[in-house]
Amino acid sequence: MQQTRTMEIGTGLFALLGIGALFFLTTQTTGSDDFNVDDTYEVSARFDNVGSLKARAPVSMSGVTIGRVTDIRFDSDSLEAVVTFVVDSQYDQIPDDSDASILTSGLLGSQYIGLTAGGSMLYLEDGSEILFTQSAILLENIIGKFLISGPPDGEGEEEQ
Amino acid sequence: MFREIWDTGIRSLRDLGAMTLFFLRLLQYTPEVLFRRFRLVVYQVYNAGALSLVVIMISGLFVGGVLALLAYSSLEQFNAEDTTGIFAGLGLIKGVGPVFTALLFAGRAGTALTSEIGLMKATDQLSAMEMMAVDPLRYVAVPRFVGGLIAMPLLTAIFTGIGLFGAHLVAVEQLGVDVGSYWQQLQNVVDPEDVREGITKSIVFGFVASLVAVWEGYNSTPTAEGVGRATTRTVVSTSIAVLFFNYMITAIYL
Repeated sequence: MQQTRTMEIGTGLFALLGIGALFFLTTQTTGSDDFNVDDTYEVSARFDNVGSLKARAPVSMSGVTIGRVTDIRFDSDSLEAVVTFVVDSQYDQIPDDSDASILTSGLLGSQYIGLTAGGSMLYLEDGSEILFTQSAILLENIIGKFLISGPPDGEGEEEQ
Repeated sequence: MFREIWDTGIRSLRDLGAMTLFFLRLLQYTPEVLFRRFRLVVYQVYNAGALSLVVIMISGLFVGGVLALLAYSSLEQFNAEDTTGIFAGLGLIKGVGPVFTALLFAGRAGTALTSEIGLMKATDQLSAMEMMAVDPLRYVAVPRFVGGLIAMPLLTAIFTGIGLFGAHLVAVEQLGVDVGSYWQQLQNVVDPEDVREGITKSIVFGFVASLVAVWEGYNSTPTAEGVGRATTRTVVSTSIAVLFFNYMITAIYL
């Protein structure tokens, strides 16, 4: 009897640990649910170039994630990319002249949208569009410019 | 010469066929054993799973630590130490975790299964069961097979979880990677798809390892030497099969 008890406790412990580890792996290691808010409003912005921005990329303001990109389309009339994203309704006092830029987190990180607050007294609401945008900085373009025009001011003069 | 090759070919084909038939019979009895003889299965989950916990956890801790150490020393050259978490985490979840667990399982639980069944056969216990009109396949082979099947995904999850913790210990506590960027980078890069890949692998490896172990024991020559040889074959066959399937599944998910 004693042996059955030990066995059952051992098996129970094993199953508990295993299921706990599975739960940990599915919820804690994947970044799918760090923004899980139902109450949101939708804002769009037009960019000349979105780089490698993808749907579900975070939208952050002052470094805090306040929303998520839901859709990226190409508008064939204006020849621009239209990015739609949702923002948590809790943050409903973002000036409507705020500036949206596509930034990269770290050297090897993924791209996200960073909002910088403007000075307007009117706030962004569902369906509004951000007018001031800055496209993704493409490394290829920077290298291209560097090759054509040489290093930026000051750096090339050290040799003299 | 030609005759020998022909014989070997036919024998291999026969072994493969016998193994497939054995597998199908195991599957056929699995529901019945699972619902009507669940106690037998629980005992085997304890044998294959709970008793393997210690070796799995200790190995996981060290393997995670090594991955973090290697990733860190390479990434340091590019000033990208913050991405250590990505390499250790993705490696553990997608490849190293399932494969290492399956190999350890073959060494710890697979050999135990084979030698146990082999000894039952050598001491005529299986024949005795047949004499009493009890199908040894149903009461000896199937519970062990199902037990391994249940234990493997859980062991893999534990190994991977502990491995991530080991990588955290080395990267954050010892090498000084920022704890926030370690987990943040990991969460940014690891998709649910990657976790699914790891779980798929652990289920497939569970099938392979349990089947090979039970099959080798059931078909061992009923002598001391035969049981020893069957145990060796279990480890060799499982390792090769697991690494082969690992390649296949990785290629599918790419």
